[in-house]
Amino acid sequence: MNTTTIEVQTTLDSTPSPSIRETSLSSAQIIGYDHQQTVGRITVDNPKMVCRDVNVYYAKKCALKQVSLDIGTNEVISFIGPSGCGKSTFLRCLNRMNDTIPICRVTGEIKLDQDDIYDKSIDVVQLRARVGMVFQKPNPFPKSIYENVAYGPRIHGMVNGKAEMDELVHESLERAGLLKEVESRMNEPGTSLSGGQQQRLCIARAIAVNPEVILMDEPCSALDPIATAKIEELIDELRENYTIVIVTHSMQQAARVSQRTAYFHLGNLIEIGETDQIFTNPRHKLTEDYITGRFG
Amino acid sequence: MLFYLFVTVALLSLSSYYLGRKRAFAVAGSHIRNLHSLPSFYGSYTALWCGLPALIVFTVWATLQPGVIIELVVASLPPELQQLPPGRLNLVINDIKNLVSGNIVSSSPDAAILAAADHYRHLQTTGNAALWVIVIALALAGITYGWRTISPQLRARNRVEHVVNALLIASSTIAIFTTIGIVLSVLFESIRFFHKIPVSEFLFGLQWSPQTAIRADQTGSSGAFGMVPLFTGTLLISGIAMLVAVPIGLMSALYLSEYASPKFRATAKPALEVLAGIPTVVYGFFAALTVAPLIRNLGTAMGVHVASESALAAGLVMGIMIIPFVSSLSDDVINAVPQSMRDGSYALGATKSETIKRVLLPAALPGIVGSILLAVSRAIGETMIVVMAAGLSANLTANPLQAVTTVTVQIVTLLTGDQEFDSAKTLAAFALGLVLFIVTLILNIIALTVVRKYREQYE
Repeated sequence: MNTTTIEVQTTLDSTPSPSIRETSLSSAQIIGYDHQQTVGRITVDNPKMVCRDVNVYYAKKCALKQVSLDIGTNEVISFIGPSGCGKSTFLRCLNRMNDTIPICRVTGEIKLDQDDIYDKSIDVVQLRARVGMVFQKPNPFPKSIYENVAYGPRIHGMVNGKAEMDELVHESLERAGLLKEVESRMNEPGTSLSGGQQQRLCIARAIAVNPEVILMDEPCSALDPIATAKIEELIDELRENYTIVIVTHSMQQAARVSQRTAYFHLGNLIEIGETDQIFTNPRHKLTEDYITGRFG
Repeated sequence: MLFYLFVTVALLSLSSYYLGRKRAFAVAGSHIRNLHSLPSFYGSYTALWCGLPALIVFTVWATLQPGVIIELVVASLPPELQQLPPGRLNLVINDIKNLVSGNIVSSSPDAAILAAADHYRHLQTTGNAALWVIVIALALAGITYGWRTISPQLRARNRVEHVVNALLIASSTIAIFTTIGIVLSVLFESIRFFHKIPVSEFLFGLQWSPQTAIRADQTGSSGAFGMVPLFTGTLLISGIAMLVAVPIGLMSALYLSEYASPKFRATAKPALEVLAGIPTVVYGFFAALTVAPLIRNLGTAMGVHVASESALAAGLVMGIMIIPFVSSLSDDVINAVPQSMRDGSYALGATKSETIKRVLLPAALPGIVGSILLAVSRAIGETMIVVMAAGLSANLTANPLQAVTTVTVQIVTLLTGDQEFDSAKTLAAFALGLVLFIVTLILNIIALTVVRKYREQYE
């Protein structure tokens, strides 16, 4: 399959757009900078997010190199790759969670709809309300189930009065497929739920602020197969209303839930394409090695 | 002399360690793996056989010897001296001891006492010599036994670990028994006090004037032992201290754990903890010489009368003293809230202050309460600052500008100087100590329970 002609599509235009923030370090100062070009089509017809030439540095170490890709509206895109390949780092760029790490620096351009999310005029608080996140380990707050879901709407002042809040909480739990299980015990602590229920509570919590994009960082890695199946089912349903980016170590999961897949390796976006194509007909040698289990 | 014996046994024990180790290598032949335990355990095994029995005999003998010698000396005294009442007999024995150690004696010694002193000296020399012989013999026997029993099958590690285990148990019981001993002594003296003064009068009396009269017509007959003024004083000063320490400590903890750069935190936290290392007596004269006059002048300027020794001065300085307790413990507790909680909150678009108010503080609350309760028990037990800055007059008042006194200060004043242990005045100190102990114990139990509950919260 590697003998067929490979249509190499790198970043769309080589002239840097004016909004790209130049790195203050000269390339000689940066450690581990060996960029590889991306194989496959990075663009989509109706992009929700557009990322161009994204570099991430931890102090002087370059963790992510010239990553460019589009995330389509209402699609599920999965990021796969071996540990330390930068897929989670890239995910955290999409809602600026990397801002909480002092030594981390992001360059390049990431747009949500038409807004450059790293622009000075963008309030990170607003951004995170639009781009929600679910973490690897379920992290419900040590509050009641109800309060866990009500937390986001409350800090954003989204609802007026108790009745509206009740409705929003119920609706979010319903959409996360958790309502039936917790309806009778809304005032028990969120930590009293099982691992899979906790993760669905975290998804309900993210949904409650009505985001446009939901980022999921290995959401099932701490769960058993049954809970995983429920979450995957949920992801499929959520696709109707949200754009979902999921980082996963399970290739079966990527194959089951996503429409497009991006393969990362050592900070490079190696290959991106339709999920079916990536898993049946990978074009890059590294992708093929990874999905056939030669490493990773 | 006995010190040298101790050193000798220690040296013997040390050398037997090497003997045992060497022996283990010898019996192991070419393969150390044949041994049940590591060679060093065989060394320790031999050293324990050498040192432990010898040390036990040494300790028992050294403890019992003086008593036995005195028994023997008294038995050899002329009958008319033996018939003396116990008090007088004690004086005679003291004379004999003084003669032996070459000190000044109470009167010119007569022949019988001189002879007894000689006898005493003789017995002591014999006893010490016997001890030397027995202990050294035991040590050598121990080495021989240990050396002979070493074989590859000997479970030396298990035996040594048993001994170490026993040592650990003994160490932990020392602390427990000491506490029990202190509590019991305080308890019994308190019971003696309550025979003289009724419990109800002590607990609910509104007047504190600790004096007892020998005759009914003395001024001292006005003495009263109501501890209420002392406890209100303690509460007043502790309350002021907590009003200072809790907000400042909590806010500095929040700054340190959430806002400060790691570099600043690494410098500021130890600097804050230095406050806890300043001796309280230094705080005391800071309170008495700097803060109290300051408050007094401030009060005069504002037309308010402030006593030169005021609860406010003592409370303020005590508050400063316990800031590090609150800040350091709270900082640890806030830091212990998992990063995933912060991430979860930030990912929902919460700001830093919203995250602190709505996630971190509620999650850390039990730990913060624990740290505050520990600080309270520290404030209640504090003495030096109050002695120097708040005075001794037991006023029943809630006015922080007046002089008050606390339980601990009264204990100090009751027990300073010459005391007779049959007067209510002296025994009152024990009763106060008992009540204080119970109060701080309850506070500590609450604090520890709260802290333990907190520990179970996340995992």
